[in-house]
This record gives sequence, structure tokens and C-alpha cells, in this order.
Amino acid sequence: MAGRKRTLEAFSFELVMTVVALIALIIIIAPSLVVLIVSFTSGFSLRFPPPGYSLRWYAELWDAWQLHFAAKNSLIVALWATGLSVVLGVAAALAISRSPTLSARLLDSLFMSPLVLPALAFGLAALMLFSLVGMQVSLLTLVIGHTVVCVPYVVRNTVAALAQLEPTLLESSAVLGASRLYTFRRIVLPLIRPGIIAGAFIAFMSSFDNVPVSLFLRDAATDMLPIRMWQDLEGKLDVTIAALSGVLIIATVALVAVMERVTGLSRRLTN
Amino acid sequence: MGTAPASRDVTSYGMGLAAPLALFFLFFFVAPLLQLLWLSLHNDTAALHWGLGQYLHFLTDPFSLSVLGSTLLLGAEVTAVCLVLGFPIAWLYQRVGPRLQTIIILIVLLPLLTSVVVRTFAWIVILGRQGIINATLQSLGIIDTPLKLLYTQFGVVIALAQVQMPLMTLPLITALGRIDPNLDDASCSLGAGSWRTFVRIVLPLSLPGVIAGCTLTYAAAITAFITQSLIGGGQMLFMPMYLYQQASTLQNWPFASAISIIFLLAVLVVVSVFTTLGRLSRGYGGA
Repeated sequence: MAGRKRTLEAFSFELVMTVVALIALIIIIAPSLVVLIVSFTSGFSLRFPPPGYSLRWYAELWDAWQLHFAAKNSLIVALWATGLSVVLGVAAALAISRSPTLSARLLDSLFMSPLVLPALAFGLAALMLFSLVGMQVSLLTLVIGHTVVCVPYVVRNTVAALAQLEPTLLESSAVLGASRLYTFRRIVLPLIRPGIIAGAFIAFMSSFDNVPVSLFLRDAATDMLPIRMWQDLEGKLDVTIAALSGVLIIATVALVAVMERVTGLSRRLTN
Repeated sequence: MGTAPASRDVTSYGMGLAAPLALFFLFFFVAPLLQLLWLSLHNDTAALHWGLGQYLHFLTDPFSLSVLGSTLLLGAEVTAVCLVLGFPIAWLYQRVGPRLQTIIILIVLLPLLTSVVVRTFAWIVILGRQGIINATLQSLGIIDTPLKLLYTQFGVVIALAQVQMPLMTLPLITALGRIDPNLDDASCSLGAGSWRTFVRIVLPLSLPGVIAGCTLTYAAAITAFITQSLIGGGQMLFMPMYLYQQASTLQNWPFASAISIIFLLAVLVVVSVFTTLGRLSRGYGGA
């Protein structure tokens, strides 16, 4: 009797947890699927399910030059910000990763702080500083602003990769007569490369998707894709945006699949 | 091991390598924030008169205070929803095989890397007057007129919860993975039921992950400008939009600076409360 009560009790627990988990997973994945389906509508509205299916809005997307212009700007800024983040971030990660000193811990907190501070406040602050020193908003100011908010991802992932590195490998290399630079190129870099790539990937995605910093540091001549999309959505619910969303979702899925292969992204983010 | 000084030499790099990023942050992160602080301490837009006028204005204005209050409340609601939905995902993750584990992680991860505008747009399609929920309820004959879901607090909370869910779930998965599975069996063999084991063993031991997840979710939810403005619409005002309106539309930079500083402080207070709790819980979990 007691045993049966126990199994019933255990069963109720497992049932509740599993059902809630499945509901949560559906809530996470459903919106992307819905947008993907709606983007193939043949109608003029965002009605779900669509009255029929066609590629007309994707064809429409081909001629949306404003979106092309914004996408090009976003891509340029994201590539430069990622490059700058990797150069500055990997160097900084090497310096602070194994150092127990107070200054290293303080620098670590400083480099991570853009992750928790409201980025909108930083965007406004950066705009005020640039206008104080007489710098016009341009792609350059966007790259600088984006680098500040993207570099933490590179630093964090590189530090994590360096922490996995066996110090004895470096000692052996030195004992065998390799110079520090040679050891770095042939031992350290190959071992931490997946970590750097994972960090760079997340930095790139977050720059490409950045709103709070771009909001203040762009103007009509340097329109950015997420801002353009947001302003289009504020005005009217355009099905072209659904097609663009479809493109972005498919591109993200493809990139994540590649990154999972190259860097084991999923393992990296849960350790 | 015998050559301690030499080994330290080859396994660590000089702090000089951090100098470029440190300088970059000094010029483009610390300096702007200091200038923000400086400007917020002026009573006029030309920044000629020092004073606490902007802060007094904010703290004595019921409207400003209500915007701050509703923003902090929104963060708490979103965090609670994420925790309730995210914990079972992390629990399920520990129960399934490696293949399903990868699938779960990728499902959790994908939204994190998909554009926020796209994800928010999806919720407009779902919650709108002609959206999925209203269409389904109407076709089932449960309601006659469409429910107002968009531009409501409920809509903002559910959309933000979905957008921020990965930030809660990933630390939880990490934390649950560190719990010794034998503890679960021990608790059950000593007569505690599954619910009791969960509340008394699993939940306390996963506290560091819970707190890390809550910190990230909360900080992200209250600054989520796009989701707040598109799902909340014109009638619901939260701190990020308030800040943006004052800075961009009204060009009132000193007041916008003061709003930024107050917002920054609010986030810092919440984060440090969570961090302190995290430190305490780690002592507890480690014991």
C-alpha cells in the first residue's frame, strides 16, 4: 500500500515536471515557427494559418532597398566590431585568465560590466561623449559602441577556454626549448581556438541584433537593420518584415548548426 | 615543479596584454558614463548650473516614479515566469539521453541568437486581434469578440519571458548538472517522496544557478526596449522608452542622464542583492 502511494507520488512529480517542461519548450520554439509559416502567406495580412502559400513576400524583399541598405550597414558594423572584439578581447583574456591579483579581478569585472548595465544608458552616454569631442555619428562610432557591448562575450569564452588549458603543456613546451611566441602559436592558440570562435560568433550575433546602442549612434545615413525593422513594425504590420524574419531565422539556424559542429557551442554554454 | 619561478613565467601572460582593452574601455565606456553622471548633476540643458534638480524632479514626480516602479515590477514578473518554466526544462535535460540533450539545448539556444525584433514580431502575430490565440478561441466558440492581448501587461510579460528564457535555463542546466545524482537516490531511499526531495534537496543545491539565472533574466527584461515598446504599445511606458523619449524626442539630455543614472543604480542594487544571495547560497550548497 505504502509502495503504491510512493510510486503514485513519484509519478505525479515526474508528470508535472515533464508537462511543464514540454509546454515551456513549445513556448520557446513556437514563435519562430509561426513567423516562418506566416512569411510564406499568399495574402496581405499576418493571419494564421495563412489563406494560401506563396513566395511573393520573399520576392518583395528582393526590391526592398531600404532594408538592403540597413542590412549592409549592420553587416559591416558587426564584422568590424567582432574583429576588434577578438583582437582586444583575446589579448585581455590572456592577461587576466590565470592571474589571481586584485587588478586582474577588477579588470575582469570592468570588462564584463556591459553585460548587466542597461545598454540604452551606455548608448546615450556614448552619443553625448562623441558630440562633446565633436565626432559625428558614423559607422565608426557604431563600431566603437558595438565593440564595448560585444567584447565581454569574447573575453568570457576565451577565459573559459584558457581555464581548461593544462599548464603542464606550456611548461613542457618551454622545457623542450620552444619560445613563448612559438608555444602560443602552436600550443595555446589551437587549443583555445574553438572558445575564441564561439565568443566571436556570439559577439557577431549580438552586434548584428543590437538595438540600444545603435538607437543613439546611428542616423539616416547609417541605418541599422534591427532599428529599420522596429520602425517599420511601429508604423504598419508589413508582411515583408515576416519574409525578412524568415530569412534571419533560417540564417541563424544554419549558423548555429555550423557553430555546433566547429566549436561544440551547446556544451560550451552549459559548463 | 622544481623551477617554480620559471614555470610561472611560461604559464601566465603579462598584464600588459590587457592594456589595449583597458584603455579602450577607459575612453569609450568609463568616460561616457562619467560624463553622463556629470551632466545629470546640472539643472539646465546648457549644463551651466550645478544641482540635484534633475534627481529631485524625478523623485518627486509621481509619473516618473510610477514608470520606475512598473519597470522593476515587470522584471520581477518576467523572472518569476522564466523560473517556473525554465526549471522543469533543466530538470528534463538531466533525465534524457545525450541526443535529446543536444536537441533541448539547441531549442533553448536558438531564440537567444535569433534577432530580438524577429522574436517580438512573432508575438505580435500570436497575440494580435487576428492572431493565433484569438483565432483559435473564436473558432472554438469560446469567445465572440477578440481578446485584447497585445498592448497589455500580460502580453509584455509572456513575450519577454519567451525572449529571456535561455538566460534563465542555461545556468539552471549547469547547476543541476553539478548535483550528485546519488543525493536524489539517498533521499528517496530514506523515505522522502519525489516532491519533498525536490523541495528539500534539489532546489537548495541548485540555488547558485537559480540566482545566476534570475540576475541575467531580470537585468535583460527591464532593459528590453524593443519588446517592451512593440508589445506594450503607446500606453505602457517603461524606463528604457522613457529615457529614449526624453533624450531623443525632447532633447532633454540632463534629465535623460538622471533617468539613466537612476536606472543604472536600480539595476546595480538588484544585481548586488542577487550576487550577495548567490555568495551565501554557494556556502550553503558547498556545505
